[in-house]
Amino acid sequence: MNNTQGERGTDEAVLMPAVDVVEDASGISLVADLPGVAKDALRLHVEADQLIIEGVLGLEVPDGLQLTHQEVPTMRYRRVFTLSNELDPERVSAAFEQGVLRLRIPRVQQAQPRRIRIDVG
Amino acid sequence: MVWNVYPRDLMAELERLQRGYPQSLDHNASIRGSGRSRYPALNVGGTPESVEIYAFAPGLDPARIELLLDRGVLTIAGERPDDLPRDDARTAVHIGERFAGRFRRVVNLPEDADPESVAASYRDGVLHISVQRRVASAPRRINVT
Repeated sequence: MNNTQGERGTDEAVLMPAVDVVEDASGISLVADLPGVAKDALRLHVEADQLIIEGVLGLEVPDGLQLTHQEVPTMRYRRVFTLSNELDPERVSAAFEQGVLRLRIPRVQQAQPRRIRIDVG
Repeated sequence: MVWNVYPRDLMAELERLQRGYPQSLDHNASIRGSGRSRYPALNVGGTPESVEIYAFAPGLDPARIELLLDRGVLTIAGERPDDLPRDDARTAVHIGERFAGRFRRVVNLPEDADPESVAASYRDGVLHISVQRRVASAPRRINVT
């Protein structure tokens, strides 16, 4: 598995994308701003109960460019969210357009209420 | 700045703190402010031939971005729609960090920037503006005799 934080031992700074997270009865919608990330430079994965959003800025800059004012200081975005177990990471749908990622994470489809067994000793 | 009474995301709060740094710490202070907390974030740089401005402005309709160049001052303005639903009995807004509303950012161009040769493009949510420098001001070596 790739170590997306860069070389081991370096603590490369990452940009934290701004997000909106909205929940309704059928699941969660997450919108994240990742300007400068092309579709193939976006990496979205679920590990255990963590949703990980990563992207690499791919700006085309002219040769010899020297920045004099920099508000976006690094090239990587990364943000991690912990999912709860009523959400279904297998059915996450995603759209990515003009630097805006839109994720839909539905609730698990089991309609039946969970039965809680009570053991009487 | 709006503070959440009940922070839900520690990292987001930390970032908000970071954005709220006093602007006086910015050694490159401009009369129009550093704009660190504003949308869109700007990177500005140059080459000997051109001035390059990158505005990190995701989720815009490029046809509706207003770009104005007036007496060496470049203004980037527009509006980003608010697509956050209202909190009600059925929906809960857990995190609402993304910018929405009207924005305006201003960049002072150097004196040799040529207002007649400006190109702008919008790709992956980044607006890139390239302003050529006037040829006369390309660096020249001056011989000392």
